[in-house]
Amino acid sequence: MGARNVGAVVKRVEDPRFVTGHGRYTDDIVLPGMLEMAFVRSSEAHAVVKSLDTSAARAVPGVVAVWTIADLGAIAQKPMVQSYPSPAIKQNFTQHPLAKDEVCYVGEAIAVVIAQNRYIAEDAAHLVTVDYESLPHAIDVREAARADAIPAHRGAQSNIAATVAWKFGDAAGAIARAPHVIRETYRQHRGAPHSIEGRGVIAQHEPAADQLTLWSSTQSPFLVRRYLAQYLEREEAGIRVIAPDVGGGFGPKAGHYPEELVAALVAMKLGRPVKWIEDRREHFLTTTQQRDQWWDVEVACEPNGKVLALRAKCIHDNGAYLPYGLLLCMTSIVPFPGPYAIPAVEVTLDCVFTNAVPTSPIRGAGRPCAAFIMERTMDSVARTLGLDRADVRRANFVRRDQFPYETGGRLPTGVTIQYDSGDYAACLDMVMKSSAYTAFEAKRAQAAKSGRWIGMGIASYNEDTGLPPYEGATVKVLPSGRISVELGSCSQGQGLETIVAQIAADQFDVDPEKVIVKTGDTAISAIALSTVGSRVAATAGPSVHLAATQVRDKALRLAALQLEAAEQDLEITRGAVHIKGVAERKVTLGELAKRLVSNVNVPLPNGFTPGLEATAYHTPERPVYANGSNVAQAEVDIETGAVTLLDYRVAHDCGTLINPMLVEGQIVGGVVHGIGNALYEHMKYDPDSGQPVTTNFGDYLLPIATEIPPIRLEHMESPSPLNPLGVKGAGEGGTIPGIACIVSAVEDALKPLGVKLNEYPLSPERLLELIDEKRSAK
Amino acid sequence: MSDRRTIEVTVNGVRHTREVETRLTLGDFLRHELGLTGTHIGCEHGVCGACTIHLDGAAARSCILFAVQAHGCEITTVEGLAKSDGTLHAVQQAFRDHHGLQCGFCTPGMQMTITAFLAENSSPSEKEVREAISGNLCRCTGYQGIVAAALDAAQKLRGA
Amino acid sequence: MKPAPFKYHDPRSVKDLVGLLASLENAKLLAGGQSLGPMLNFRYLMPDHLIDLNRIAELAYIRPGADTLEIGAMTRQRTLEHSQEVQRTCPVLVEALHSVGHIATRNRGTIGGSLSHLDPAAELPGVCALHDAMLTVAGPNGTRSIAMAEWGVSFMTPNLEPNEVLTGVTLKAWREPHGYAFVELARRQGDFAMAGVGCLVALDGNSKVRRIALSLIGVTTTPVRLSAAEKLLTGSDLAGEAIKAAAAEIGALEALDDAHATGTYRKRLAGVMLGRAIGRAAERARMQGSRQ
Repeated sequence: MGARNVGAVVKRVEDPRFVTGHGRYTDDIVLPGMLEMAFVRSSEAHAVVKSLDTSAARAVPGVVAVWTIADLGAIAQKPMVQSYPSPAIKQNFTQHPLAKDEVCYVGEAIAVVIAQNRYIAEDAAHLVTVDYESLPHAIDVREAARADAIPAHRGAQSNIAATVAWKFGDAAGAIARAPHVIRETYRQHRGAPHSIEGRGVIAQHEPAADQLTLWSSTQSPFLVRRYLAQYLEREEAGIRVIAPDVGGGFGPKAGHYPEELVAALVAMKLGRPVKWIEDRREHFLTTTQQRDQWWDVEVACEPNGKVLALRAKCIHDNGAYLPYGLLLCMTSIVPFPGPYAIPAVEVTLDCVFTNAVPTSPIRGAGRPCAAFIMERTMDSVARTLGLDRADVRRANFVRRDQFPYETGGRLPTGVTIQYDSGDYAACLDMVMKSSAYTAFEAKRAQAAKSGRWIGMGIASYNEDTGLPPYEGATVKVLPSGRISVELGSCSQGQGLETIVAQIAADQFDVDPEKVIVKTGDTAISAIALSTVGSRVAATAGPSVHLAATQVRDKALRLAALQLEAAEQDLEITRGAVHIKGVAERKVTLGELAKRLVSNVNVPLPNGFTPGLEATAYHTPERPVYANGSNVAQAEVDIETGAVTLLDYRVAHDCGTLINPMLVEGQIVGGVVHGIGNALYEHMKYDPDSGQPVTTNFGDYLLPIATEIPPIRLEHMESPSPLNPLGVKGAGEGGTIPGIACIVSAVEDALKPLGVKLNEYPLSPERLLELIDEKRSAK
Repeated sequence: MSDRRTIEVTVNGVRHTREVETRLTLGDFLRHELGLTGTHIGCEHGVCGACTIHLDGAAARSCILFAVQAHGCEITTVEGLAKSDGTLHAVQQAFRDHHGLQCGFCTPGMQMTITAFLAENSSPSEKEVREAISGNLCRCTGYQGIVAAALDAAQKLRGA
Repeated sequence: MKPAPFKYHDPRSVKDLVGLLASLENAKLLAGGQSLGPMLNFRYLMPDHLIDLNRIAELAYIRPGADTLEIGAMTRQRTLEHSQEVQRTCPVLVEALHSVGHIATRNRGTIGGSLSHLDPAAELPGVCALHDAMLTVAGPNGTRSIAMAEWGVSFMTPNLEPNEVLTGVTLKAWREPHGYAFVELARRQGDFAMAGVGCLVALDGNSKVRRIALSLIGVTTTPVRLSAAEKLLTGSDLAGEAIKAAAAEIGALEALDDAHATGTYRKRLAGVMLGRAIGRAAERARMQGSRQ
């Protein structure tokens, strides 16, 4: 056997097509007779649509139809399917494919134009006049949460979609008895997603077979199919959803959207394929965003920094509709208390409707929010008690000898929260060493001499990755001898094709580049769920491993027959089975595969099933927990409030590394997402009009290359005992601690002034305001 | 009636004559008229850089140029970077070697920006590379692999 | 985000251009297109006619004179950035260009486009103000000259009739040895400045200010010369107190408020940028002095 591929830096098998411009994204697909769609969208935050005039639009040459909800048929008169139903949902507002009569956010689709091309479709959409009756709107989530608030939905009793809680231990008792109780208020902000490829969909209907096919820039072809089937009251078998190359996902592409339904309905009604490609303005106005959250936190601790309890209340801005149920809310509270052994936690969250774009998980979902609270809390404990921030964390970490560690929390399904493996303190030590943490005070003093204000931030986290239930995989040896892996899950850039090729290649000693990988298609037989929550490497990965192992075993069994040898005397080298030490007594995998295909009047060997292939499911009962600690250095220009990031270090542990290069890419990308959240990205709404005001890339600032410090990474590997590869997820491990780490560094730079930072994003102006407050108080 | 013009452009060494609507952007022309879908459209307001091509050798955003403006011009797109025998351009190879891409959507624009930049500055510093790509957005990589790729490609190109 | 239909014109001479401008209603001029392009794609603008200036060769030039630098309106920002003549006569222009967008936008963007679009935070109008530029405008009645001080009428509105076009700009170069600086604060590299200050300063043998020019961008609706501050600083030794007094003059300005920054912050920032620009320019002036 050659070198193992799992664990090695293997160049990505998907890269050759991407670097040469031969990727195939949704907008690259052209079907014969295809039309294009553009939407007429609400210009009001909250209004009743009294009437629409589409006559001028319909008269534009090249326009095929201009339709409202009434034109989409009886089936489309109901609201969209709730993707994550829960008894906790008190008010279940989901959107209609096109607005019925009420619009609840700027950008909500009201009508669709179908035309020869997008230019014409937009010309016509501009000619549709909408007569609105404006309704009062709810934008500020704290206002909206009040009992007497303006309703975001006409006729609603209140704006509370649900109140959810996460509780174990006796937090109230601990807070009543503790020697120290610290109280803080935090504000977290709603950012926008911005994969560089927006959403997009093509729908095609073949009437003869009544087969509906969608190509969608989605993270979840199987879920899109499920919700389409439910909504359209069709069998899933009659729908095929394909995720072609997808230009970034980050969470918002994991759900289903009105445009997908409209495309399907239009394609069926017109009998022609239709395409809709989201433009950047639509992405700002309609693709689900992050969340505004206001937190009130109480922490009980001992003088040595040991935290006894955390009690918190959160007001969560859900936006106008609830497309993902309470997923984002739950991921904001269930992660408590993170990597720490805290005996009592009580968090309640009000999920509040506002007239803003609906929200969804985005890179980390609610976890960055929970980590922000937990990490700012650790800093606050250190500050209040005069302790070192790293020491406080160390005092509270779950210890290595405590794994598997049960936090005391229990999911609604009854599953206990159990951390599987890790060494949190060692990971922190690793990053403290690489960042020269203990030498920083000297560095700060030196910088201060030349009038520079520098600071160091620290943040630790753990993350539930590889969430159940499963991602299936089929591994085949093709008659040619090539290995093929088929997955229903899909990649939005994570390198899924490469890692599954590595995993499969190891069983057959072949080059991963030669493994054929097919992903993201519901026509593939293995069932999948979704590429979300850092879960695919740790679910699909082990499934591929299991399937490949089964195929390998079958190959060995068959080869034993053919070579008249015992299985244990055989091994596989470069795609052929041979007798150990006797390379010439061999049979190739291709020959074995040919023996198991259907050959006329040739029965299968006794005891064998058809095909040299297997489909397998790794079906974990619970997630596996990755963890890490980050240290950042920042400088604040005390005269302008401008922040410069100087350095960023990561030590992290996602179990067994399948491909260290790809893991590093995931973590670094995630950190930069966190930098964006912490310093730049601000989705502003005008409180008076309810209009979003940062709706282009000049006003909404994504992090760019010049603003990013060197990010250095060290891996630690604590294999998970819960899957055969020992792997854990890494896709969100940069973002989760990132925001807290940057904010901690900026706060530390301003430590001599005593500025406290309980919010983000930190604009220079806001920082200067906080600096002024402290200076004028002195 | 729509306003149309006949234009003649050379794209990746191939001459094309097409009648186009004058409002058709160059990016849409390349993608939908010529089928060169490697040029990606990310923001359509000249900020994200995904649609960057070379217009007479200079990096430009094809989403805010009209096809009619390219009449008589030489254009290079990402499809024109590799040699005809399939050998990757040093920048393309370096992107793969240094994991300078994930979803691949910003990649063509990044590569076009970097190839034009390296033609002007063959031994850039890391800071200069970061400035050179500051007009290109990437949401996946955090830029680090891209910067490493550009620096490595510069070295390889100097050696070549 | 596709532009609305328009009729496209691509004249080859200023004469033809002026003729078109006189005959067309609701026409927009397309220079580098780095601001106009997005506005067309967003359909913020829906002109009936688009007149493309990019094929008028006579509008692209850099001509150094004895005390002047003449620049054609369609000269690309990237060309200016690389021009030896510009570096020699008006190095502050090159320094300012470093903060203008990104390479790909400077490859297309033109000085005339920047002056005509007149974004309050644009660097090039600030440099033109600093160098007492004269702008040449062509129209149906021939050409006229406008001083930079008269160019900005109001927010993003230059002193230009609908049938006129900016054809060139003449910067007045400083003969005497001087230091220069263009300092700004933007959120990220290449973003529009929240405040920026350009400074030219010539010192006498006693390190006192013989002559100084200061311009401010990003704060007021149009770029301004800080004449009162210049007056205060002339003859001074640029000590902290003098600069503080000069910065205080910014307080009287009426500042812009928008999604990026409030007016109060912009003015405060302007004071900081003023100090830094003067500091850097004076240092360069002293280095120049010591070389001579």
